[in-house]
Order: sequence, then C-alpha cells, then structure tokens
Amino acid sequence: MVKANTLRADSPSTFPQEDAEKAPFHGTSGIVLDQVCHAFDAPASRLDVLRDVSLAIAPGEFVALLGPSGCGKSTLLRLVAGLERASAGTITQDGAPIDHPDPSRIVVFQDPTLFPWRTVWQNVALGLEARGVLKQEKARVDEALCKVGLESFAHVYPHQLSGGMAQRAALARALINQPQLLILDEPLGKLDSLTRMEMQGEILSLWQKNGFSVLLVTHDVEEALFLAQRIVIFSPRPASILAQIPIDRPYPRHRGDPILANLRHEVLNRLGLGESW
Amino acid sequence: MNTSSVALDKPAETPRAKAGSGDIAVCNAAVRSTAVRRTRFYAFGLLPVAAWGLLGAITLFWPDKPSGFAEEWPCTREFGAGALTLAAFWLLLAITASFSSLPRVIERINAGFRHFAPWLIVLPLFLALWEILTAKTGALAPPFFAPPSSLIEAYRDDYARLADSAWNSIKLLLEGILWGALTGFTIGVAIGWSQRINYWLHPFLRFLGPLPPTALLPIAFFFFPSSHSASVFLIALATGFPVAILSWSGIASVNKAYYDVARTLGASERFLIFRVAIPAALPQVFVGLFMGLGGSFVVLIVAEMMGVKSGLGWYLEWAKGYADYVKMYAALILMTFLFSGLISLLFAVRDRMLVWQKGIVKW
Ligand SMILES: Nc1ncnc2c1ncn2[C@@H]1O[C@H](COP(=O)(O)OP(=O)(O)O)[C@@H](O)[C@H]1O
Ligand SMILES: [Mg+2]
Repeated sequence: MVKANTLRADSPSTFPQEDAEKAPFHGTSGIVLDQVCHAFDAPASRLDVLRDVSLAIAPGEFVALLGPSGCGKSTLLRLVAGLERASAGTITQDGAPIDHPDPSRIVVFQDPTLFPWRTVWQNVALGLEARGVLKQEKARVDEALCKVGLESFAHVYPHQLSGGMAQRAALARALINQPQLLILDEPLGKLDSLTRMEMQGEILSLWQKNGFSVLLVTHDVEEALFLAQRIVIFSPRPASILAQIPIDRPYPRHRGDPILANLRHEVLNRLGLGESW
Repeated sequence: MNTSSVALDKPAETPRAKAGSGDIAVCNAAVRSTAVRRTRFYAFGLLPVAAWGLLGAITLFWPDKPSGFAEEWPCTREFGAGALTLAAFWLLLAITASFSSLPRVIERINAGFRHFAPWLIVLPLFLALWEILTAKTGALAPPFFAPPSSLIEAYRDDYARLADSAWNSIKLLLEGILWGALTGFTIGVAIGWSQRINYWLHPFLRFLGPLPPTALLPIAFFFFPSSHSASVFLIALATGFPVAILSWSGIASVNKAYYDVARTLGASERFLIFRVAIPAALPQVFVGLFMGLGGSFVVLIVAEMMGVKSGLGWYLEWAKGYADYVKMYAALILMTFLFSGLISLLFAVRDRMLVWQKGIVKW
C-alpha cells in the first residue's frame, strides 16, 4: 500500500532500541527535553505541572508515556508540539529549539477534532492547504486516505463516521504531512476495545512503514506494552520521570507474551498499582 | 422550513391510508397500456375540491348585502369564478394523485398536493367565513373590513403603484441589509479575533447597540443628505448590530482545539481566521442575520412612513389618507409575502452553506 518513496529520506531502516540508562543528551538528532519545568498561572497560585523532565526520543523511536490522570502528560505533549512554551528548560528538535508548532511534529488528540464543516477529504487536505501546496499535491490526499482505509469515505462529513473511522481520518490528516514525530494523546481512549486493538495494529504498521518517531500518551498499560519500545512512567503532578522501562521485544508482538506480562507487573508496580495485579 | 422538502421526496402516507374505505375502482385500458398503475383512489383529495367549490358557490350565489353606495362588492364574480377554477384544478390533481409510475414532475406535484391538502381545505373555509361575515351579512362593516374578493380589485386597479412601492422597498431594504450585514460581520469577526479591536469597539456595541435604530430616525433625516441615505444607514444599523454580536460570539466560542490542530499543520494567522474561525462561527452568523432581517423590516416601514416618499410603508400612509382600507390590506399582504420571502431566501442560503450541519442539528 505504501510506496517506498513515501518513506522519509532520513528515516532509519531499523529502529534503534534506545537504552533507558543512556543519558538523554548524547546527540542532537531527534527530540531532546532538558530539565523542562512548566507551571500554569492559576488565579490564586502557580500550578506546577512538570518538574525537571529530561527525555530524549531518537529518530524513529516509539515511546509511550504513562502516568496518573492529571499529572501533566498532555501538557508535556503540547510543549513538545510547540503549542506552548515551557516555563523553564529547553526542548530541541535535531538541535534546534522548539518555539512554535511545526508540521514536522503533528498531534493527534483523544478527540479526532475533525472540522465538521469539511468533508473527510478536505480535512485530510488541511495541512497541504494551510501551507499552500494542495494544488500540486492533491494525489497525496487520496494516498493518505488509502493508507488508513478511508478512500470510500472521502466525501462524507465527519459526523457520518464512526469513532474509529474518525480517528483514522485524524491519523491520515497527520500523516499526510510526513511528520518526523507523531504525538498521540490517548488517541484510542474513546474507542471500544475491539476497535482499539485493530487501531493499535494499524498505528504500528504505519509507524513501521513510515519511519517517524512516536510519542504516545495512553492510560492503557497493555497498549503501551504492545506498541512502544520504551515506556516512561511519570509521578503524580507535578510530573517527573519515575522510571523508563525498555520493551525489548520484537514486532509483531503477541498480547499473551509472558515476558510482556512480567513487564506489565513491573509497570504497574512503578505506578503504585502493584497490589491490584 | 425543511419539513416540506422532506415530504416532497417521500409522499405522506396518512391521507392514502384514510382513503382505504372510500376506494373507487377507476381502471381502463389506456391506463394499463402506458404501464401507469392505479394505486388507490385518493379520496382525501376530494375534500379540497369540495371546500373550494363551497367557497365559489357561496361567493357567487349568496347575494351581497347592499352597503353604503354600492349594491354589490367589486370583483365578487371574479373571486367566485377563481375559487371554482381552483376546485376544478384540485379535482385534476386528486385524480392524478391516484396513479403511480407517472413522470417525475407529476409525481412531485402529486406529493406536494398530498402534503398541502389539509391546508387547501382550511384556507377556503376561512375565506368563505370572511366573505360571509363581510360581503354577505355585513356583520363586519366597511370601511374597516372588506371581503377577500375586494382585494382583487385593489390589486387590479392599483397594481402599478403597488409594484412600484414594493420595488422601492426592496431596493432600499437590500441596500441597507447588504451594508449592515457586511459591516456587522466584519466588526464581529474583528472583535472576536483581536483583543485590541475588542477593547475599542466593544463599548460602542455595548452602549449604542441596544438603542432602537428607529429612535435615531429624526436625527438621521436631519444629518444625512437625503432621506434615502438616512434610511439605508438606519436599516444597516438594525441589521448590523445583531450580526456583529452573533459573529463575535460565534468566533469567541470556537473550540480551541481546532486552532491547535490547524497551527500544528502549519496554518498562518490568515488561515486560522478564514478557514477555521469563520466557518466554525457561520451558524451563529446566520442567527444574527435572521435577527437583523427582522429589525431591518421595522426600520424600513417606519422610515418610509415618516420620510421616504416611496415604498410600501409610504403606500400604507397614502392609503390611510384616503381611508382606503382595502388598499391597506392589499399592501399588508404584499408586505407579508415580501418579508417572508426574504426570510425563506436567507434560510435557503443557510441550508446551502451549512449542509454539513445536516445530521448534527435539527433544523
Ligand atoms: N491551560 C491550563 N491552564 C491551567 N491549568 C491547566 C491547563 N492545562 C492543564 N492544566 C492543569 O494541569 C494539570 C495537568 O493537566 P494535563 O497535562 O492535561 O494532565 P494529563 O496527564 O491527564 O494529560 C491538570 O491539573 C490541569 O488541570
Ligand atoms: Mg491528558
């Protein structure tokens, strides 16, 4: 389905297995967060959300973030996307500081946030249109719709799509920009469990074929274990990194893999939920 | 608004079901040979025929009560004949509505007839009652009351002046609405988007907005070079205020996530305004236009009554001068069609521009 030339030129053919123990500042390629702190100015007091978060995501790497609800994961993603500036610390992409949003880092939110006044096709075309290249690159819209299997729904409006289809359209809208980093904020959180498993497989194959890095926030430990090469565990707010657990298992993974089951135990322990297992 | 178009696509089933017992066998070779199939005789369709027939009969055969200086009201015969002609036409429709597999156009007309049949019964009965109370018994006496038949005379004798007045009203109204809608929309979007513009323009909207534009009429007539330009200004004001307020609130209530999505996709500020904010705010803008239209009608008529020397408002005043109440009714009815037509036009434009809302909101 995906032609070889749609792969990013700079994408590695193999996906480096990031060593969790390795210091995050070994190079300048990929996304690097260095002692990032963030606080919101609440009316009464400052709300500290992120504390000294240092993290590196290598090109092509798949990293999952886990942490208690409200700890600051979405905030972290917004900083990486460039939608907001961190109160302190630096975030760089290939060595250059991130200070504004850029199509090389696309966010897919829990809500598909498709524009209801645009058809699926027009929604997917959004990035090309915004950058004024739609006329020349129309074919890429159809290609992106094909990638997510929505070619026959190109001309319907978003409200006519099921939840899974809408999220697939949002993925197509992101992928058409050939991002270096795909930022996923609980993208499957609202889907039923069967659709979710199906979509997990699709995200995985899109990642393997396109070679971008993924930063995934999820509340589903199984999902993180099934997809990610590394799981980063956050403390309650203000979020700081409690642990980084490499998932050194080859793809395709099996949900019943006993090694994954052991890792699940470890992850839950780190989240303070060990007894419930 | 939308029910009629739905009903046109899908003929209502109820009248057909009611016709069940009154089934009359109409079947002949010609019908069979053209593959047109008779379904059930549309007996309910006979009721409009009967009602219009009754109206015609009452008008023609019940003599007018002599009143004032005339033995008979004008145009009684034309009115009666018209009612009977319509009755004959409904009979034709009732018969064709009993067949299926007809050409599409006729199918659509039939569906329309079925949809409007109940109204086509009530309307002539109302007209008949009106005719009886005025021309036939004199219970409602002239000059304040006139039978529906006499309206025909008003239109026949004074159509030139009426048409001219209506045309002048339309021109003045559209000019004012156009200016008002454009400025209102621009101002609304600007204050919805820019904090600084909001800071300077908000007080004007806050304090001048609630002032009824008609209150400014005497001053406007004094300040503007012509009563025409003064009226355009006031109509624009009446239209523009609600459009500005609702465009503003529409822009202000756009889901912030839409901007986040667009910004990560590389959207410029211009793109955010014209491709995100405005399309998202458009449903609200149309609510503002709808309200603004209502306000503009008020200003139009008052302005025409007070200073502009043409238009339907002026015509009302003119007819009042002659105590010609029939002409006033005629002008009022024309006005009703004009204004409801404009509202329908607005709805049609909205339905086209907001097709995407179908299935999200119930109109
Ligand atoms: N724009 C904001 N202004 C003020 N507080 C915010 C804002 N966005 C998020 N917060 C607060 O920051 C904390 C972290 O939020 P978030 O990053 O969404 O958590 P989560 O880990 O569940 O994604 C929450 O307490 C939330 O209320
Ligand atoms: Mg969140």
